[in-house]
Amino acid sequence: MSETPHIDIDYVANLARLDMTEEEKSKLGSQLDDILGYFDKLNSVDVEGVEPMAHAHRVANVWREGDQTGETYAPEILTGMAPDHRDNQVVVPKVVE
Amino acid sequence: MPYEAVIGLEIHVQIKTRTKMFTAAPYQYGAAPNTLTDAVVLGLPGTLPVLNYAAIEKCAKLGLMLGCEIAEVCKWDRKNYFYPDSPKNYQLTQNEEPLCIGGKVEIELPGPSRNVEGDHRWVTLNRIHLEEDPGKLTHEAFETVIDFNRAGIPLAEIVTEPDMNSSTEAVAFLNCLRNMIVYAGISDCDMEKGQLRCDANVSLRPVGTDKLGTRTEMKNLNSISNVKAAIEYEIERQTEVLKGGGSITQETRRWDVESSSSFSLRSKEEAHDYRYFPDPDLMPVQMDRSRIKELEAELPEPPLDKQRRYQESFKLPFTLTSVLCVNRELCEFFEEALQTHQAPKQIANYITNDLLRELSAASESGDCALGVGQCKLTPSHIATLVKIIDEGVISKQIGKEVFTEMFVTGEMPDAIVEKKGLKQSNDIGEIEALCREAIAGNTKAVGQYKEGNIKALNALKGPVMKATKGQANPAMLDGLLKKLIDEG
Amino acid sequence: MSDLHFKTITELAAMLAAGDITSVAITQSVINRTAAVDAQVKAFLSSDPEDALSQAKASDERRVAGKSLGPLDGIPIGIKDTLAVKDQPLRCASKMLENYVSPFDATCITKLREAGVVIWGRLNMDEFAMGSSTENSAYQTTCNPWNLETIPGGSSGGSAAAMAAGEAIATLGTDTGGSIRQPAALCGVVGMKPTYGLISRYGLVAFASSLDQVGPFARTVEDAALLMEAMLSKDPLDSTSIAPQGETNYAAALKEKKGPWKLGIPHEFFGEGINPEVKTNIEKAIDWYKGQGCEIVDISLPHSELAVPVYYIVATAEASSNLARFDGVRYGHRSDEAKDAMTLFTKSRGEGFGDEVKRRIILGTYVLSSGYYDAYYLRAQKVRRRILGDFEKAFEQVDAILTPTSPTPAFKRGERADDPLAMYLSDVYTISVNLAGLPAISIPSGFTESGLPIGLQVIGKAFGEADMFAIANAFEQSHGYYKMMPAL
Ligand SMILES: [Mg+2]
Ligand SMILES: [Zn+2]
Repeated sequence: MSETPHIDIDYVANLARLDMTEEEKSKLGSQLDDILGYFDKLNSVDVEGVEPMAHAHRVANVWREGDQTGETYAPEILTGMAPDHRDNQVVVPKVVE
Repeated sequence: MPYEAVIGLEIHVQIKTRTKMFTAAPYQYGAAPNTLTDAVVLGLPGTLPVLNYAAIEKCAKLGLMLGCEIAEVCKWDRKNYFYPDSPKNYQLTQNEEPLCIGGKVEIELPGPSRNVEGDHRWVTLNRIHLEEDPGKLTHEAFETVIDFNRAGIPLAEIVTEPDMNSSTEAVAFLNCLRNMIVYAGISDCDMEKGQLRCDANVSLRPVGTDKLGTRTEMKNLNSISNVKAAIEYEIERQTEVLKGGGSITQETRRWDVESSSSFSLRSKEEAHDYRYFPDPDLMPVQMDRSRIKELEAELPEPPLDKQRRYQESFKLPFTLTSVLCVNRELCEFFEEALQTHQAPKQIANYITNDLLRELSAASESGDCALGVGQCKLTPSHIATLVKIIDEGVISKQIGKEVFTEMFVTGEMPDAIVEKKGLKQSNDIGEIEALCREAIAGNTKAVGQYKEGNIKALNALKGPVMKATKGQANPAMLDGLLKKLIDEG
Repeated sequence: MSDLHFKTITELAAMLAAGDITSVAITQSVINRTAAVDAQVKAFLSSDPEDALSQAKASDERRVAGKSLGPLDGIPIGIKDTLAVKDQPLRCASKMLENYVSPFDATCITKLREAGVVIWGRLNMDEFAMGSSTENSAYQTTCNPWNLETIPGGSSGGSAAAMAAGEAIATLGTDTGGSIRQPAALCGVVGMKPTYGLISRYGLVAFASSLDQVGPFARTVEDAALLMEAMLSKDPLDSTSIAPQGETNYAAALKEKKGPWKLGIPHEFFGEGINPEVKTNIEKAIDWYKGQGCEIVDISLPHSELAVPVYYIVATAEASSNLARFDGVRYGHRSDEAKDAMTLFTKSRGEGFGDEVKRRIILGTYVLSSGYYDAYYLRAQKVRRRILGDFEKAFEQVDAILTPTSPTPAFKRGERADDPLAMYLSDVYTISVNLAGLPAISIPSGFTESGLPIGLQVIGKAFGEADMFAIANAFEQSHGYYKMMPAL
């Protein structure tokens, strides 16, 4: 992070499954370089031994007890919103793998 | 240079709970597509996961069964990757801190023949963690269709150390593991139903060296025979590459059942960058130590421990224990029968031969496999049957007939004997008369016996048994025939 | 009865109780006002007057039958487009969800229905709540009713503008980094963000799970307190929700609690970047509190400068994962160019998301990706603890903290559109509150020379809503800015 950070936009866009034009990518690239430069401020603080904090409040032991079954959706709720479906299944272009 | 294979397995097991890992939607195998979903299962906008405590307990129980340490805290991470079967495009899993740490599984290798017990060894586990199952894709000619019923089922992922050296060991491991999981009531482990799924990591190294070679990961091994075939194929493939002076590429391969071969899915460079991070929607669960002690106390005796005990305290041979001990229900049935009549070997014989044969015949004619608990026989049926044979009330041969009858009707054996008048005949006068008849009618056999051919006696027993409808006491009959010939 | 739409909830509740007006009359007034001004303000994405009137009619019938559900029964409240309302569109101002209708109610909506609220219309916002100006909506740009050339703030700009323009009696927004308080300040209304966990997030389309909270916009602090009381719940569907604790009869308590309070002023919030008119205005407000006998304490929040980078790392990381579910498979936009699994995802998401959403997804994906996690995400989480520590230390000395809500008044549309960093810095006074999970409220504190509203932020202790409301109420009631309405 001490060197000028630079995002490999193609790599990250692929991870995020985002299609972008070359123009979009180059504009975004320079904006993100600015933002990452600003993030360098974080290096000014010593965090040695600091416990990372995922939440402001320490809540623990939250769960559903008893394994009791709840309501289910009729398949029509899913097929009503799905872009493509057949026989109550969601249809997508053929997945290879 | 001879090579040695090193194999590690990753096994996904569906945990048997009524509801899903993060929501109360139920699960049942074979339900109509997309009838077991709700807003959380479908990953609708605004939904949040809530932990199913039953799944955590069952996974902890599995860990205890397999000798793992149970973590102090159960935490969740997101594994981010896009796939059409994944409703959120991230999987809730435990990356940083698995629920169960370490562990080891005792395995029994096949012996030189089916009837001879093989060696035992231990396979070390790395971890067991909990996660959620994705939906099910079905590939059609031009499209893929998705059923989300399976999405969200709790999965235990069992990861072994690279601690096996052959497909035989891997198969033995899977069989022993499956027996233990079924024993503990964690899962039914039916591979055909996808309840147990296996990936295998295979690498080679020169014999006598320690350093692990480059490994490949084999996916889609959906039966025990696939696991065996795929590992053998991969060992052979890697051996050829290395012998030809080449090197192994770290990659993920897919086993293709049709062609009995595997092909590369993606190389290490194309490997996923899962961007794991702690899930901000779920709170950590402190594992209650006293509850874990309770779970530990509830654990069943592991199958191989049971086998040892049966062999030692009941003097049962491997041919019986190998059949009996893989099935917890059968063992419970057996031990309960012993309460009525202490004849372990005879009872075990009846269970493993007659009972299992009748059960499988019954399920072949019926439409579903019958379990021990579903037939009309109770442990006391079999114990009583063995008891009246031992007491000489009926012969062994009549015992077979009584067994078939009681399997169908559920009547107690003594009642059947009474009703059908099957009591063994001990009337010495009647049998002596029949014996004399038999000796008189077959001088050839008598001659052979006198020349030292003991087997010739059988030809004389037959007519007597026939005349008494099998009810003659065989020991008495034997003695009488010898005595009469010697006297005569 | 004229101008019912500009009255407060408490005024309307009293009139309803006295039988002077009906909920239908209030609702009709709001509908008429919306029809008259929304072409200029553009606060609503959609609304269903008929449905609102039928809810109002049901409320009137309850009241007549003596079964009124309390002060909120029959009050029409507008809802930000990121909160799920059963059978209503839930688009998050995104093309991605253009035709999506939610099959369920958010828990906060359920709670409001239980209080008899009339659910009214879907309010514009920055796409997926990402932005500070409501210019990132895929559908329309909302205008600030005080000056239609300027932005209303964001991301809950529609909720703030609708309040200021009299298009609802109160509205709901969501606040991840200031998305309620900043637009409230810029539109001259009350906007409040509760302690993290106090209001269920179930049904709130997640942006950044560890920061998101639902909260009310209202004309007065007392109205906001009433709405908060109605929405409190420990929700079994949200594992991060926390049982209400301390004083929770907010509306009653704010009249009883009279101070004087110890109020902290963090000098870091009055330095570089603050608009001079805003600075003078807030200093005057502080002087007023001093004049009331409050002790003004100079405090330091030394890590507040780091709140912006910490926030934009944590929030975008969580968002990149939360927004992965929008993939064109089960619901939402699917590209016509989807030819295979890869383009199904990339094209649908590329077409469905706007620039700012893409920018944040890329940023969030990057900070979690292999090799960068420790430097960005993990480090940000550690600095986040430092920021919380600053507040904890400050609250050892003071009851609440006073700051400007926004460094500047409303700016012109398009002014910061091409400079995301400048836009991110407009959240500088609000985001540390989200990182620390604290409650905070913005109340009108006067106007600039050119007539744009300025907001004062009161930050409370965790679960210290009752005191925070009382402190805000004291200023509000003595100044009466809430009675000023924009000329439209
Ligand atoms: Mg794995
Ligand atoms: Zn897995």
